[in-house]
This record gives sequence, structure tokens and C-alpha cells, in this order.
Amino acid sequence: MSGRVFLLGDDIDTDQLAPGQYMKGGLDMLAAHCLESARPDFAGSVKPGDVIVAGKNFGMGSSREQAAEALKHLGLAGVVARSFAGIFYRNALNLGLPVLVADDIGGVDDGDAVSLDPVAGALKLTTKNHTVRLEPLPDNLKPMLADGGLVPHLKKRFAKERKREAGA
Amino acid sequence: MASTLAQKIIARAAGRDSVRPGEVVTARVDLAMIHDSGGPRRVEPILKELGVGLFDASKVVLISDHFVPGDTDEGARILELTRQWAKERKVAFHDGEGICHVVLPERGHLKPGMLVVGGDSHSPTGGAFGAYMFGIGATEMAGVLATGEIWLKVPGTILIEWQGRLSPGVLAKDIMLALCGRLGMDGGQYQAVEYTGEAIAALSMQERMTLSNMAAELGGQAGLIAPDETTAAYLEGVGGSAGDWRGFVTDPGAELAAHHVLDASALEPQVAAPHSPANAMPVTQAPETRFEVAYIGACTGAKYEDLKGAAAILRGRKLAPGVALKVAPASMRDQQRAAEEGIMAVFEEAGAQILPNACGICAGYGMDRLGEDVTCISSTARNFQGRMGAASSKVWLASPLTVAASAITGRIADPREFLSEGVVA
Ligand code: SF4
Repeated sequence: MSGRVFLLGDDIDTDQLAPGQYMKGGLDMLAAHCLESARPDFAGSVKPGDVIVAGKNFGMGSSREQAAEALKHLGLAGVVARSFAGIFYRNALNLGLPVLVADDIGGVDDGDAVSLDPVAGALKLTTKNHTVRLEPLPDNLKPMLADGGLVPHLKKRFAKERKREAGA
Repeated sequence: MASTLAQKIIARAAGRDSVRPGEVVTARVDLAMIHDSGGPRRVEPILKELGVGLFDASKVVLISDHFVPGDTDEGARILELTRQWAKERKVAFHDGEGICHVVLPERGHLKPGMLVVGGDSHSPTGGAFGAYMFGIGATEMAGVLATGEIWLKVPGTILIEWQGRLSPGVLAKDIMLALCGRLGMDGGQYQAVEYTGEAIAALSMQERMTLSNMAAELGGQAGLIAPDETTAAYLEGVGGSAGDWRGFVTDPGAELAAHHVLDASALEPQVAAPHSPANAMPVTQAPETRFEVAYIGACTGAKYEDLKGAAAILRGRKLAPGVALKVAPASMRDQQRAAEEGIMAVFEEAGAQILPNACGICAGYGMDRLGEDVTCISSTARNFQGRMGAASSKVWLASPLTVAASAITGRIADPREFLSEGVVA
């Protein structure tokens, strides 16, 4: 899937991704205010296939997974960052939103045309003839992301267990 | 093999003799804590979808704190749903008794050596009791509640050693702000932070909880303190048990990811400027700053000892004109104890507004959230833009002592100017 880059700095926190004051509203409302303090144009202009490229410690702060959910809801293909806050990282993968670490995001500019391949671990800058190398996902998480996140993954597991019990 | 405290707990929970940093393991969870915001309303639909119940209701603790007192329609609805769920799922439920991280140990649920998950980012607080406790999101929590298991990448340990003793007027909160300033908000690298040294050994359990709590601000997965006699005495005092705690220490010679050695006696009270705990500086170097709201609240800054210290400064003094002091004691028990000892009366006489034992302004919820352009000095843990209210509001972080001293002065003030002998520990 292809889209364009939203380039962000370091330390994007969950209060920016999912502002507390909209937490009681539905996901639509929360997503509409996603990142409004850092990038007022984000929620209004992001399209399916777009990718956030950010600096260090993306998603720091609260454990609210609406931070990752809002991004997924807006159709974001994934987040590439120099590092992620631990809870956000877990949440995003649990929800099936690809999050990938890149040591070097040099050469990426805001608005660049890109396509993200989380499994191959590559972020292609389609008009620049440049590929940003991404750290491979941990092996234990690949099946979960392939299933679309933790819930579909567990559904499969429980279905298998039930089948086994029924057969036994 | 020499192991860290974190490795020992994770190895036990994973049914292994030992584990190495970087290894991915699946561990059994000894306890899961959830609250009204990330709890039932978010996990129940997933449990339904999976068609399963709780892995073990006796290992689940539910605490209402984020939407208490339910002063909005939505908040009231969420609390109702939370209460209903507690009944149906037959879990231990602490309703309106205070903030989850304070209530959980206060009611004897924690024990050294446990592996615990919490549906809240300040879950590292449990590390003060020698438990490996960390925060997870609601979907992952639903997975834990369904299976009793969680995966972990065995963390390295960042050992933070504080030699010497803290000076009067300097608290655990100051230690953490100084560390945020020094190491940055990703200094913890999602590893296990462990605090040690003479200054830490001398701290009470409530002060240790503040250290562990704010391991979250350092970006650590957990914030551990090896259990000792102080831990055991606290747990027995609340009707819990410390169990066989003596082995839960980092062995000499265990491999560390980093080891910082710092001098506690040289530490001054700290403040952190908006909008990051990493904007820390000694209070003596803070710019002349005025504010409209002084907030003594949150799991980080309104426990019994925080209230006691703040009251010692406020006693017999008046708030500066134009300053509103708001106090939200972290738990019902802490407030009761403070009331019995005349501490709550000090706040009332000073003209403070007393708020419920809940997250309140810290979570940006409820009637009292900060309005447009309001500047606040706060005993809470984080001051990200817009967290406690309007995006234009500004929050300075400080210890409860510094908040109290500032509330009297009307500008950011050094609490040491108000110390009278034997009053502030
Ligand atoms: S008081 Fe603040 S930091 Fe503590 S649990 Fe509540 S919202 Fe989180």
C-alpha cells in the first residue's frame, strides 16, 4: 500500500495521540483530534496508506491504547520511528498496527511518497529511489501481526483448543 | 549464575531456572489490576468476542479511580458498568477507595517476587514492593484475563544507586524529576530500572512507591526496589504477607545494562517546566513563575506522607492571593489517617478545596480540569501539553512540599525556606 509521509519529531506522547478530553467520546471523535497539538493538519488530511515517520520514544506516556487505535482508525499503514515507548509498541502490535524501528531516518522528508512493507522490513521512498531499512519484527510477534492483532490471534488459538478438546 | 532481581522474578513466572536479557519468554501472571477507564468497558467486549471467562477471578483486582466521582453523565455510566462487571465476574473490587496504584498495596494485594500486570502506565509502582509490575493496554489485558499469560522480552537492568542521604525538604519526587532531567524520558529504554543505595534503603514505602511509579516517566518497563525489612513491615501492617522475600535481590556480579551512581546529599528540590518531566531543574534555578492553581494530587504526590509534609508547611499560613489550592488525597485510607491527625484540617483552614480520592485533574477528567491559559504547579507525575485540561494550560511539576511552599508564596518557591525543626522529614 502506498501513501505519503507525515514527519514528526521526538517524544510524541499519548496525550497528543489520544487527548484525554475526548477519551469519553467515541473513536471517531478521538481520531478527529489525533495529533492536533503537534500537527493540526493531520487528522483532516491523513489517508489510508500514509505512514508516520518519527524520532525517538514515539507513543510515550499513558497506556491508553486509543493512541494506537486512533492511528489505525485513520487508515495509517504504520509508524516508523527511531524508537518506541514500550507500552505503545505492545499496544500497536496487539491492535494490528505495524510499528517498526529504523536506526536511520535520514533522507525522509515530510510529504514524501512511500510504501511500507512491514514483513519485509522496508520503507520505500517511491519518488526518491531510497529505501529506509527497518529492524525485523521479533519472531514471536510475526504470527500475531499476520493474524491482524491479538484478538484474531487468540480467537484462532481458542478455536484450535476447542477442536482439540472436542476430538479428545 | 548471578541474576538481577528482574531476571529472578521473570524466570520464576516463566517456569525457568534462569533467563537472559533479550530472550523472549511466556510467563504466568500472578495478579492483574484493572481500573474503570481501561478495564471492564474495554476488556469485556473482547472477552465476549473470544467467548471465554477470566483465567482466575481470584487473581484479578478492579479499582475505580479515573471516573470517580462520576460527575459527568458519561463518567457515571462508566462507573455503573464497572460496578456491574465486578459483581458478574466476582473479582476483588475497590470502589472509590482511591487511586489504583496506592490502593493495590494498601489492601495487601502485592507481594515480593510476583509478576503483575496493570492496565495503567504507572503500574511500575508495584516494583516498590519487589514485584515485577508493568503497564499494558486494554487489548493485551483482555488477553491476560483470558489466558493468564503474557510474553516478555527479558529486560536488562539499569541500576540507579543513590549514595548518602537526602537532605531535609528533598523527597523521592525530587529524585525522579532529577533523573528525568538527567536521563531523559527514554532513559529507561523499556528495561528494568532498579533503585538502590543508602538513600533508598532509608525511604518509607510511600516514598519508594513514588520512585517506582515514575520509572514510567523514564520509559522503563518496571521500577524495582529489592524488598527489605521496611517492605515486610509495611505488608504485614496492611494484613498482607511479604512471603519469602529475602532472595529477591540483584546478585553481586549480575550483568547490568547500566549502573548510575549519584549523590543524594547534593540533591536539591526540583521543578519541571511545561510540558515535560525532563524539563527538570533545581527549584533554586526556576524562573520567577506565577500560577493560579496549586494541585496536591495523584498516585505520585498525595499519599499520606505527601499530605503530612505539605500540611507541615501550610500550617498557620495563608494561600497567596489569586492562588487556588486543590487537594485530592490519593486514597480514602490516607485521607482518614490525615484527618485523624489534623492534617486535613490544615488544608481546610488554609482555604484549600478538597477533591475526591481519585485521579481527577491528573487524568484531565471531571469538573476541575484546567481551563484555558491556566498555569498550575502540581505534585503529579507528568505535564504533557493538554493532559490536565486545556491545550493552552501549563503545568509545572514539583514535590508536594514545593507545591505547598509555592501556594503560600504565589510563585515557585523552595520548600526548605519553610522547614521548621522536626516538622518536615
Ligand atoms: S493519579 Fe494520575 S498518574 Fe496516577 S493513576 Fe491516576 S491518572 Fe494516572
